[in-house]
Amino acid sequence: MIKAILIFNNHGKPRLSKFYEHYSEDTEQQIIRETFHLVSKRDENVCNFLEGGMLIGGSENKLIYRHYATLYFVFCVDSSESELGILDLIQVFVETLDKCFENVCELDLIFHVDKVHNILAEMVMGGMVLETNMNEIITHVDAQNKMEKSEAGIAGAPARAVSAVKNMNLPEMPRNINIGDISIKVPNLPSFK
Amino acid sequence: MSDVVEKTLTALPSLLSLDSQSGKLSSSSKLGNLIRGITELTSKHDEEKLIQRELVSIKEQVSSPNTSMRQMKELMVRAIYCEMLGYEASFSYIHAIKLAQQGTALDKRVGYLAVSLFLNESDELLLLLVNTVLKDLQSTNLIEVCMALTVVGQIFPKDMIPAVLPLVEEKLTHPKEIIRRKAVLALYKFYLIAPNQVQHIHSKFRKALCDKDPGVMSASLHIYFEMVKEKPEGYKDLTGSFVTILKQVVGGKLPIDFNYHSVPAPWLQIQLLRILSLLGKNDRSMSELMYEVLDESLRRAEMNHNITYAILFECVKTIYTIHPKAELLEKAAKCIGNFVLSPKINLKYLGLKALTYVVQQDANLALQHQMTIIECLDHSDLIIKRETLELLFRITNSQNVKVIVEKLLEFLRQSKDDYITIDLGGKMQPDIPNSFLRLLSEGFDSVEENRQLRLLAVESYLSLLQDRPAKLSQRFLQVISWVLGEYSHLKEGLEPVTVLRLLAPLLDLRQSSTETKSWALTAMTKLCDGPACVSVAQELADRHGGSLDTVLRQRLHELQHLAAHPELRTRVLPRNVGLEPLEVDSSLSFLDGFVSEALAAGAAPYKPPHQRQEELAQEKALSVEPYGLSLPLSMSNCSVAERPYPTALSTSSGLSGNSTELSHKGGSGALKLEGVKRVWGKEGYLTQTEAAVPMEEMAQVEADREKQQLASSLFVGLGSLSSTGLCLMGKAEPTPHRFRRRAKGQGSSSGTSERSSPDSGSVPPHVDSAPHLPLDLPANNGAQEDLGEDMSASLIETNGMAVVDPDTYIDLHDPDHVHLISSLPGELSALPRSEITPLCSHASLALSACHVQTDRSALLVVFVANTSDSAARRFVLRMTSGDLEYSLIPSRPSVHMELAGVASYQLPDGEPQSTQFSYTLSLTDFIRPLTVSTEEYGRLWLAFSNDTKQNLRLLSEGPDPLRDTLGLLRDKLQVHIVDIIASEGIVACQLLQGQPCLMHCRVNAGCLAVWLRSSLPELPDCLLYHCQRALAEH
Repeated sequence: MIKAILIFNNHGKPRLSKFYEHYSEDTEQQIIRETFHLVSKRDENVCNFLEGGMLIGGSENKLIYRHYATLYFVFCVDSSESELGILDLIQVFVETLDKCFENVCELDLIFHVDKVHNILAEMVMGGMVLETNMNEIITHVDAQNKMEKSEAGIAGAPARAVSAVKNMNLPEMPRNINIGDISIKVPNLPSFK
Repeated sequence: MSDVVEKTLTALPSLLSLDSQSGKLSSSSKLGNLIRGITELTSKHDEEKLIQRELVSIKEQVSSPNTSMRQMKELMVRAIYCEMLGYEASFSYIHAIKLAQQGTALDKRVGYLAVSLFLNESDELLLLLVNTVLKDLQSTNLIEVCMALTVVGQIFPKDMIPAVLPLVEEKLTHPKEIIRRKAVLALYKFYLIAPNQVQHIHSKFRKALCDKDPGVMSASLHIYFEMVKEKPEGYKDLTGSFVTILKQVVGGKLPIDFNYHSVPAPWLQIQLLRILSLLGKNDRSMSELMYEVLDESLRRAEMNHNITYAILFECVKTIYTIHPKAELLEKAAKCIGNFVLSPKINLKYLGLKALTYVVQQDANLALQHQMTIIECLDHSDLIIKRETLELLFRITNSQNVKVIVEKLLEFLRQSKDDYITIDLGGKMQPDIPNSFLRLLSEGFDSVEENRQLRLLAVESYLSLLQDRPAKLSQRFLQVISWVLGEYSHLKEGLEPVTVLRLLAPLLDLRQSSTETKSWALTAMTKLCDGPACVSVAQELADRHGGSLDTVLRQRLHELQHLAAHPELRTRVLPRNVGLEPLEVDSSLSFLDGFVSEALAAGAAPYKPPHQRQEELAQEKALSVEPYGLSLPLSMSNCSVAERPYPTALSTSSGLSGNSTELSHKGGSGALKLEGVKRVWGKEGYLTQTEAAVPMEEMAQVEADREKQQLASSLFVGLGSLSSTGLCLMGKAEPTPHRFRRRAKGQGSSSGTSERSSPDSGSVPPHVDSAPHLPLDLPANNGAQEDLGEDMSASLIETNGMAVVDPDTYIDLHDPDHVHLISSLPGELSALPRSEITPLCSHASLALSACHVQTDRSALLVVFVANTSDSAARRFVLRMTSGDLEYSLIPSRPSVHMELAGVASYQLPDGEPQSTQFSYTLSLTDFIRPLTVSTEEYGRLWLAFSNDTKQNLRLLSEGPDPLRDTLGLLRDKLQVHIVDIIASEGIVACQLLQGQPCLMHCRVNAGCLAVWLRSSLPELPDCLLYHCQRALAEH
């Protein structure tokens, strides 16, 4: 089982943290710090496996990580996962992110935390690997995005109209909301202008 | 650093300009602002302030009724961001649930996400979510169903499972594959947290296993893996199915979509292989079903990609787990070989892991790869190294145990990683200390062997304690204490007080647990014999008597009391009676007389705790329950003679060594030796000094040979385990001596001096660190013409070793002893040292001494001159000191430290003679500069509690009085000036064994106001004294 998935940058700033087991808020932060400490001091040409930090660890668990440019992707797993399997899973995850964000960079992860979580949720559910096929993952994520789009376009319109009325006095009401890479056109409602 | 920031900063303007066009309300702008803010900040403190501000603003907005769902969603993303950075946003939890309840699918997703990130299974707020989940599970919108299933699989309150279970079950037959798959995983989650609740749907799991969609099938494997792990015999009938599935997958029957780097569904294969290994373990008929497909898997997985190695690795593990088949084993072994020899470090790691896994069945495999393993031992990657040691640990046998333990110790000494140290330490524990203690106390058949082994243990542990006990694990320290307490009397010539002084520092170690301290104290109690010990006991009692720990205080009292009453001690803690199990009178009948006396004197009869409780309850006059409860607790602490045992040891050794242990299983008697391997032979455990030495000598040898040698000593005995009896090294003779030579006295290397222990026989072959050095002062090559000439031997105490250098002959008649300097060993002559002062002269012997300061130690050099015309024999120099440890480390600082000694010798024709001398060292001899940065200084400063303040004279002649004064102190006392800012200066120094002392100086009204802090209570005062003196002398 996967216990936790952590992404942080070269300075230890967390970019995504997902725990599949319950830890207290403080412990989670400690785990992130400790993991960063363990992982960051390793050279580039050593193996991608680490055994146990004190907190999340014990001999049962291991850390499997990959380092991409400015980001560390760390999976903390127990003994029932295959090391190399997880290593490739990280690769799949990153490739998927890359495809979804088109040349993913650290900023994408910062500004679209929710999206990254959604992609992750299609891969890993409750600590178990759900899907390992990149195309499948993208299909599912896209299906949801499509629905959002359609909802925002059609079903969402009346609601938005109402809120637009509410906020009518605000001159700077957004025209164009950029959520991730999906541009949602707000329907033009000239009558309210 | 720059990369990230640059990227962020360059990207930000575009984001921000976008915001200004479109207004302030877009989520990316707010989040953008926040992120930009954080990026610009330099300190953690600023970040905290910013985030708190942000949280306040989020809080304001989420609770405002005018906030739309869309805005709410944006706020949630910001809250998620803050939570990720570790700032609690608990006010938003309820709003996350609200968002999941009320929002449209678009908002719901964020709501669910926030819920699953914020809350945990036991959170009561989750109950509010149950209805929403139920509603969404019934929704016609696939996405909503998916989201609900995801959240159910992520976090769901255990009690609420029955509510959603029927709906989730229903989803198992959903036409959409992704829904079925998520439903299976949700059920898996239910199975994990409440297995009873899903008992009835096992048949549905089977259906999922046979699902036409491979994705659903692979999801169901998670459940089966878990269930088979728990109860393999329940699922044997499925073996055939799993084998068929694997066969199809391997055979490429799956749609091409499932390929990853043209390997068909690798993760699925891995999962299947794992299940098969569980099913085939110890089951021949099941294993036979698998042979074919395993063979096929091995054959197919030959491409050169990471993921095929993952499959191969699982295959190998499975092959070695199930009932063995020679042909497959051979192939698997080849596979492991490929792993181990691979240049890719990840594969090497797995190869070592695989070797570790299989080595117990097939030791030959390790033999084949011994050279690689040796190389891995010196690998730069700590993880590889650790794994290698793990492997070595597994192949430990009676012949190679020494070398392996040596390697482990070497690694431990270098290792900085707490986790690894503890892990390895733990590895050594169950096997070594446990059985070791048993072995020690139970012994071999031969009395002499027993004695030797125990003696060896005592010696090794003494040297370990002298080194750096702080580095040893608690459990090990306990073992050491016990062994020294029981057996150190075996070592003749070893004064109990010596051991006591070695054990005493354990009480001062900050990381020592109470348990360890109790062990050390009990050991001391056993040893406490003679006036010197009594004074040590007294000293300890003074120092630690105020401890808050009652157990510790109790032990101290025991120590003090028993030290004062030797006859009582011998009764309570008899020596050498370890073998007989103790008869314990648990009814305490021997106290009957005492009790009846007390009763007669009017004492209240004893009532058991429960009776007291009842009575109290009946009385009901006053509620005194808390006090009533505390009574039995305090009683349990009163057992006087109880000796502590580490818990893990108690079962095996509880009965063995300890005659006075208040064991209630007293009768269960006889000890068993069957299980104990005889890994501790005559030559026994390696001492640390020996472990450290081989390097220098090995450097002379060719590197290859060295490794082979190591290999042969590491893998010795492995071949014999296997039927073929391979011995690759072709060396018949056991080689490990190489690594433990020089157990014999080092004196032999220095030529003429011969270390002798003529009739006493008390001195062990290797020099233990007690400054007790019997040696013959040779009458210069035995020749008479050297009459009147003097000879000196300088004894340098370093690190428990005595170097004897008697080859230098000096004319003692020179009045000022200048020539003695020339007899200082070369490496010392360049170091700062004191004047050579005569210690004493007695008949034909003249002693003089000086001390030398090295970076890490203070050395006392004693010059011994024989002024007679014949060779003195049996020269013995003993030194004792109340203030110093034997390696000249102050046990606690004081202004001056006294060192007293006795020299005894015998001239060929005379009576034995002895003379006393003493030598004084100043605290400044032990002070060394401590180089720290200002930040570290600040941290240290706060950590220390012992302080002293005083005004000192300021040197006012120069232009910069502060700098001048501190400079003087630096020159005279060897302190380090960390920083000088305006009228303040900070200075740091440390005592030899590392206790720092910090000094803060401020110029105030023509005086220098100093404030000293240290971890040692005495240090600031003593140092202040020397500062005063240094300034006064100026």
